[in-house]
Amino acid sequence: MANVHQFDVVVVGAGGAGLMAGLYASRTARTAVISKLYPTRSHTGAAQGGISAALGNYEEDKPEWHTYDTVKGSDYLGDQDAIEFMCNEAIDAIIELEHMGLPFDRTPQGRISQRPFGGHTNNVTGKPVRRACHAADRTGHMILQTLYQQCLKNKVTFFDEYQVLDFIAVNGKAAGVVAVELATGELHTFHAKAVIFATGGHGRIFEVTSNAYAYTGDGAAILLRRGIPLEDMEFFQFHPTGIYKLGILITEGVRGEGGVLINGLGERFMPKYAPTVKDLASRDVISRAIYTEIREGRGVNGKNYVWLDVRPESVIKYAAMDGRTNPDGSPYTITAEQVLQKLPDIIDFCRVYLGVDPVTQMMPIQPTAHYTMGGIPTNKFGEVVIDSNNTVFSGLYAAGECACVSVHGANRLGTNSLLDLVVFGKYAGLKAAEYAKHADFEKLPQEPEAEAKSQFEALRNGSDKENAFDISTEMKKVMFEEVGIYRNEQGMKRALEKIAEWKERYTHIRVQDTGRIFNTELLNAWELGNMLDVAEVVAVSALNRQESRGGHSREDFPQRDDANWLKHTLVWKQNGKINIDYKPVTITNYQPKERVY
Amino acid sequence: MQVTLKIFRYNPEVDKTFHYETYTLEAEETDRILDLLEKVKGYHDGALSFRRSCAHGVCGSDAMRINGRNMLACKALVRDVGNRITVEPLLGLKVVKDLIVDMEPFFDNYKKILPYFINDSPLPADGRERLQSPEQRARFDETTKCILCAACTTSCPSFWASDQYYGPAALVTAHRFIFDSRDEAAAERMHIIAETDGLARCHTAYNCTLACPREIPITKAIGELKMATITGKVE
Repeated sequence: MANVHQFDVVVVGAGGAGLMAGLYASRTARTAVISKLYPTRSHTGAAQGGISAALGNYEEDKPEWHTYDTVKGSDYLGDQDAIEFMCNEAIDAIIELEHMGLPFDRTPQGRISQRPFGGHTNNVTGKPVRRACHAADRTGHMILQTLYQQCLKNKVTFFDEYQVLDFIAVNGKAAGVVAVELATGELHTFHAKAVIFATGGHGRIFEVTSNAYAYTGDGAAILLRRGIPLEDMEFFQFHPTGIYKLGILITEGVRGEGGVLINGLGERFMPKYAPTVKDLASRDVISRAIYTEIREGRGVNGKNYVWLDVRPESVIKYAAMDGRTNPDGSPYTITAEQVLQKLPDIIDFCRVYLGVDPVTQMMPIQPTAHYTMGGIPTNKFGEVVIDSNNTVFSGLYAAGECACVSVHGANRLGTNSLLDLVVFGKYAGLKAAEYAKHADFEKLPQEPEAEAKSQFEALRNGSDKENAFDISTEMKKVMFEEVGIYRNEQGMKRALEKIAEWKERYTHIRVQDTGRIFNTELLNAWELGNMLDVAEVVAVSALNRQESRGGHSREDFPQRDDANWLKHTLVWKQNGKINIDYKPVTITNYQPKERVY
Repeated sequence: MQVTLKIFRYNPEVDKTFHYETYTLEAEETDRILDLLEKVKGYHDGALSFRRSCAHGVCGSDAMRINGRNMLACKALVRDVGNRITVEPLLGLKVVKDLIVDMEPFFDNYKKILPYFINDSPLPADGRERLQSPEQRARFDETTKCILCAACTTSCPSFWASDQYYGPAALVTAHRFIFDSRDEAAAERMHIIAETDGLARCHTAYNCTLACPREIPITKAIGELKMATITGKVE
C-alpha cells in the first residue's frame, strides 16, 4: 500500500454533480474530488438548452406546475416527494448559480432569460411556458465552468486524471476508493469516511449516442460488483434530435425557439401525436413519433432520418398556425440573426459535421441515446439506499446522472438533468460532510487494491484471442437495435444471449500496451467491462418489465400497466446471478392518469 | 477513400526519442480525425495514446496538431484536411506519451488570473439574481465560449519561448471576468495581466485566433485588455 490518502469525503467524478458536491462538502470536511478527466472535460459541458426553474421571468409559472410537469413527464414513475423537493429547490439553485457568476442570457429587464422546452407547460392553459433558463445553447458548459471556477476559488482539492476502479466498504460502511493515476499507472487508495459517486451515465453502450466516450457507467458498474443494486435501469432516454448517424445532440431549444419536425413527405407530423404542444411534447413521445414515421415509410429518401427545420420562414409560418405569441402578445417571429445568436453551437455543429447551414437548410436528425434515467438508488439527500425498504448504506452517496433518486422516473424532462445535478449534488455534499463529522474512519482491509489489481491483471494476461474494439462495436449495435427505442421479448433475449457471449469473449482480451504511463488501452478495456455489466442490467430490467412506460416501449406490451408495474425495479448481481426486486413509487398529490400532450 | 495517417509516436518507457508511424486506412470524407485515431488504436496499435471525451468539440480534450495546425481531432474532418494527414502533439508543452502533453503548465497559468467570479457586495435584497442588461451580457459573450483546450496558447510563439507567459487562454478568461458588469475584481486582474508575463508578451501574431476551435476573436479580446490597462477604463 504505497499511495494512501486520507480525506473525510471523497467525490468520484467532477461534472456538475461532483463539483457541486465537492464545493459543499469542502466547506466543513476535508474533501477530495477525483476525476478520470480534467474537470472541465466532463459531460455536463455538453448540455445545451437550459436548466429549469419556475422563475416566472417572462410569464406566470410556479414550482407546482414544474412538479406536475415532471411527474407527468416521468410517466408517473418518479417519486413525487423527491420531485417536489427538486422543483421547490430549483429557484434558489438557479439564483445561486447566478450569484456564482454564471452568465445566463438576460431579459430586457436584466433578469435571467427563459425559453420554452418540451413538456414545460402552464398547467391551467396547457400551453408551453418559458421555464428553461439558458446561456445561449451552451448552458451546461457555463455551469461546468462556473462550478469548476468556484471550486478553484474555494481551494477544493482535485485529483485530475485519476480513474476510480473500486469501492471499499468495511463493516457495511463506506471506507474509500481505489484509483489509478493515469500519468503514472500507479494505484492509489483513498481512505475516506464518506464517498460520493457522481460518475455520469452509460450512453456509450449504444451505437448512436450524444454521450461522451467517458460515459461508460463506471460508478454504477463498480457498485454493482460490490453488491449495491441498480434501480430502473430499463429506462434510458433517446433524445429525438441527434445529428443523423453521428448522434451529436441538437438541443430541444431549437424547437423551443420555434423549430419543427418534418417528415420525408414535407409534412409537419407532431400535431398527429401531440395535438396540444406538438413539437414540444416529451422526448419519449417525439422519439417514438419519429420512429413511427420512419417505419411507415415517411423517413427522408427512405432512410432512417427526418428533418428538423428552424429556418426563420418556417418558424414564422408554423408559429402563426399555432397562434404562438411573444410575452407582449404580438405574433412570434424570429430572424436569421436571432437564430445565430440563440443557437450558435448548433449552427456550428451542423456546418462542421453536415455541411448544412440551419438558417437556410433543414437538419437531418434521428433519435440518439442520451440519458440514463436509472442508476444507483438514492433518497432525496443523495444517500444510497440498497433495498425495497430504502435502507441507507452508511457513508455512501450518489448524485447526478449515475444516481436514481428517482426524479425522472420513466422519462426525464429536458433541462431537469442540469437541475438534478445542481440540487442533488449539493445535498449529497452537505449530507456526506455532516456524516463525516460524526463518523470514524473504518480500518482499511489488508490489501484494498487487490480487486482492482486483479481486474487489470486479467486484461493484461488474456489469451489475446479477442479484440476489445470488436466486442465494443457489436455491443453498441445490438443494444441500439434490440434494447433501443422499441423493444420486444425476442430481441431482448437475443441481446442477452449476445451479452453472455461478449462477457465470455471479454475474458480473452489481452491489452497490447504493456506500459504504465497513460495506458489508455488498459483503461478503455476496463471501461468496456463496465459497459458489459451495465448493458446486462439494462437488458434484464427491460425484458422483465412487461409494460410500456416513458422511455421503455415494448411492442409486445404496448400499454402502461399501473396495476402491475407502478413500481421501481431493483437489480442485484450476486455471485454471478441476477436478482430482481421492486419498491413502491412515492405518490403524494398526483394520481396516475393517462399521459397526453 | 484511402488516407495515410502519419502519427507522432513517443513512449517514454521504451523510446529514447520520438518517431513517426504511418498507417493506411479506409475512411469516409466525413470521418473525424478522431475516428481515424480510434480505428488505429482499435485495430493497428492499441498502445497509441491520446485524450478524448465528448467527440464533438465542446470538452476540449483532443487538441492536437493536424497537418501543422492546432485543431480538435473531433472537429477536423477528412474532407477538411485531405487524405494525407499528419498528427502531432501540441507544441510548447512537454510530450508525455504520443499525442498526450503535460497540461499542468497550461492550467497553472489559467489559475494565475483569478479565474472565478468575484463580487463581495451584498446580494439583491429581493433574494433574486443580480441584474445585467442584454447589452452588458453581450459585452463578454465571446470569451465565455472557451473550453480550455489549449489550441490557442500552444500556437503562440511567445508561449513557445516561455511557458511562464500566461498565454491567450488565460487572457481570454481574464477578459470574460473583467468585462462582466457584475464582477468586482477587474482592477486586481488588470494588475496581474499587466505584469511581465502577461499582456506584454502578446505580439499579435494572431495564431491564437486562427487556432481557436470555438472561433473566439482572441486577438481582439487581448487588444481590449491592452486598451483597458492603458486607459484604466473597462468599456
